[in-house]
Amino acid sequence: MGTILVLAEHRQGSLRDVSLEMLTKASQVAGQNGGEVVALLLGSGVDALADKLAGYSDKVLYVDNPLFADYNAEKYQLALVELVKQYNPELFMIGHTTQGVDLAPALAVEMGMPFVSDVIEIELADGKLQPVRQYYQGKVNANFAFKGEPPYLVSFREATLEVPEPSKQGSIEKIESPLKEDIEYRRFIEYVEAEVGDVDITQSEILVAIGRGVREDKNMPMIQELASAIKADLCGSRAATDAGWLEHDRQVGTSGKTVKPKLYIAIGISGAFQHLAGMKGAKTIVAINKDPDAPIFSVADFAIIDDLFKVVPKLTEKLKELVG
Amino acid sequence: MNIFVCIKRVPDTSEAEVKVDANGKDVDSSKFSFDINDADNYAVEEAILIKEKVGGNVKVVSMGPKDGDVMIRMALAKGGDSAIRIEDPRINTVDPLQVAKVLAAAVKGQDFDLVLTGCMAEDDGNMAVGVALAETLGVPHAAMVKKVEVDEGKVKVYRELEGGLSEVVELALPAVLTIQTGINEPRYAPIRGIRMAQKKELKVLNLDDLGLAEDDVSEGSSLVELKNLYIPEVVSHAEIIEGEPEEKAEILADKLVKGGLL
Ligand SMILES: Cc1cc2nc3c(=O)[nH]c(=O)nc-3n(C[C@H](O)[C@H](O)[C@H](O)COP(=O)(O)OP(=O)(O)OC[C@H]3O[C@@H](n4cnc5c(N)ncnc54)[C@H](O)[C@@H]3O)c2cc1C
Ligand SMILES: Nc1ncnc2c1ncn2[C@@H]1O[C@H](COP(=O)(O)O)[C@@H](O)[C@H]1O
Repeated sequence: MGTILVLAEHRQGSLRDVSLEMLTKASQVAGQNGGEVVALLLGSGVDALADKLAGYSDKVLYVDNPLFADYNAEKYQLALVELVKQYNPELFMIGHTTQGVDLAPALAVEMGMPFVSDVIEIELADGKLQPVRQYYQGKVNANFAFKGEPPYLVSFREATLEVPEPSKQGSIEKIESPLKEDIEYRRFIEYVEAEVGDVDITQSEILVAIGRGVREDKNMPMIQELASAIKADLCGSRAATDAGWLEHDRQVGTSGKTVKPKLYIAIGISGAFQHLAGMKGAKTIVAINKDPDAPIFSVADFAIIDDLFKVVPKLTEKLKELVG
Repeated sequence: MNIFVCIKRVPDTSEAEVKVDANGKDVDSSKFSFDINDADNYAVEEAILIKEKVGGNVKVVSMGPKDGDVMIRMALAKGGDSAIRIEDPRINTVDPLQVAKVLAAAVKGQDFDLVLTGCMAEDDGNMAVGVALAETLGVPHAAMVKKVEVDEGKVKVYRELEGGLSEVVELALPAVLTIQTGINEPRYAPIRGIRMAQKKELKVLNLDDLGLAEDDVSEGSSLVELKNLYIPEVVSHAEIIEGEPEEKAEILADKLVKGGLL
């Protein structure tokens, strides 16, 4: 096995979790095969980040240049084409994140790299790398094979594994920026923070969470009644906030909030990985869903496989009796 | 402003049982219900909103079987001007880079300012076609777009990042944007529009019409191969509560209260 190159992701001065997750995965794959794990970092004023990466890699290569102060897919692509050619890894890993999905497919096209997106696992089959990805929002898995020559490219899903304590002490090497000048056709302007709503669901102890299964706005009173019976705050999946049943700041998941309540009651939520990432840290999870194969059940402690419209009113009634 | 919008017909599998078929390469889709991909529905709306604001033309592009015509006509009924549907059994739909090549061939050579795609197709979840399409066309792009402000020769977009943060980016036109759900409120097609849509142009093209060779986009020429599909084992430690719906509700209520969770 040759080199596994991992693109470190960072924003506003901090490494994103996916960086260390990918390095952890890369070390597992390389460990079986005697490959070298190399972290690649493009940034400005990122010495401290390079140090942190060294704990998880055999080598850290980093570009420290104001051109990379903020992420810009087109600038990254210009630099990465050069760096991938130069370091010629067997496998190149980019996070399947809002950065990675903005970058990896274009890089694959430009370099003619075999590319599999949203990879959740990298296995070895007959000594060959076998990326695994999913279809139908997690209901089916697929084994892939790369054809053609390395480097192979994957975008790797975030929050698929636990990151251990650092156990390596990789060398750190500062490299020249392959990009010398700024570009005009895509410019980063600024970050805009999310609007702050009336309730901060990240602080809630009890959350009633709703999804598309609730079907329409006019079913919301039924949900509100349950929530008020147990003094819970309301939150939901992206489908629920997109539909306007809840404010956007009540969305749980990768593009919303990460919550860690004592109790999370998921009603009519399928459990897409983007949603699970935001709530699987809840202490106790109840899922009410009529589809026995819904991925939400994989993280649930209590499961009711049934029609929410039959279950929820009775649940509210009984809870009022017991706690009221 | 000439806008192309790429839409895909996808199955709704949120409540369906998914079974892998005998050859292990596909699923049995005979019982699925299909409709326009969620994000693409928002992309159509955004294209029409831009057209209503600055004028221009909206062309709908979709690759898939004839059953997709209903969805395509719906997009025309909402305000699309014409449509292209690409159908050819030689196309390898597993590889998003090859899908992008096909869509690019439908756009290339025509005057365009913007191409909008959804950020993700719900069935394959690749989140790759739009960005690959931009590269194939040789134009800049931005993925995960939640707000679009068109200006002279450029466009300002808000990209949705993790945790509710957004990033404002400016792109030179022409460009490709991948649209995130929730960017707008997709309209319903007006009755009059539905009638008018029947008269709008819907061209059906194959690889030859697009000037592509089988080797450009076939399974054999893809750099990746889908070896097999399988149903993942769902490891659940959940206690499944049994009974009639009302009983289940009562048992759960008891467990929550007596277990000290409430
Ligand atoms: C970049 C990106 C970021 C995203 N970020 C997030 C995020 O932060 N948070 C998030 O939640 N999603 C996010 N998503 C969307 C995610 O992929 C899913 O589309 C979404 O989570 C689905 O929401 P849902 O579970 O409510 O709807 P669906 O997946 O449609 O599920 C509805 C569920 O309701 C059940 N149901 C229907 N009727 C009933 C009934 N009568 N009784 C009981 N059950 C019923 C169904 O069985 C089904 O399981 C993101 C997507 C992308 C592309
Ligand atoms: N067969 C297709 N026809 C038209 N557009 C497509 C097709 N496949 C993918 N797309 C577009 O590309 C987007 C992203 O798809 P994907 O990369 O497969 O997740 C979709 O939301 C569509 O806008």
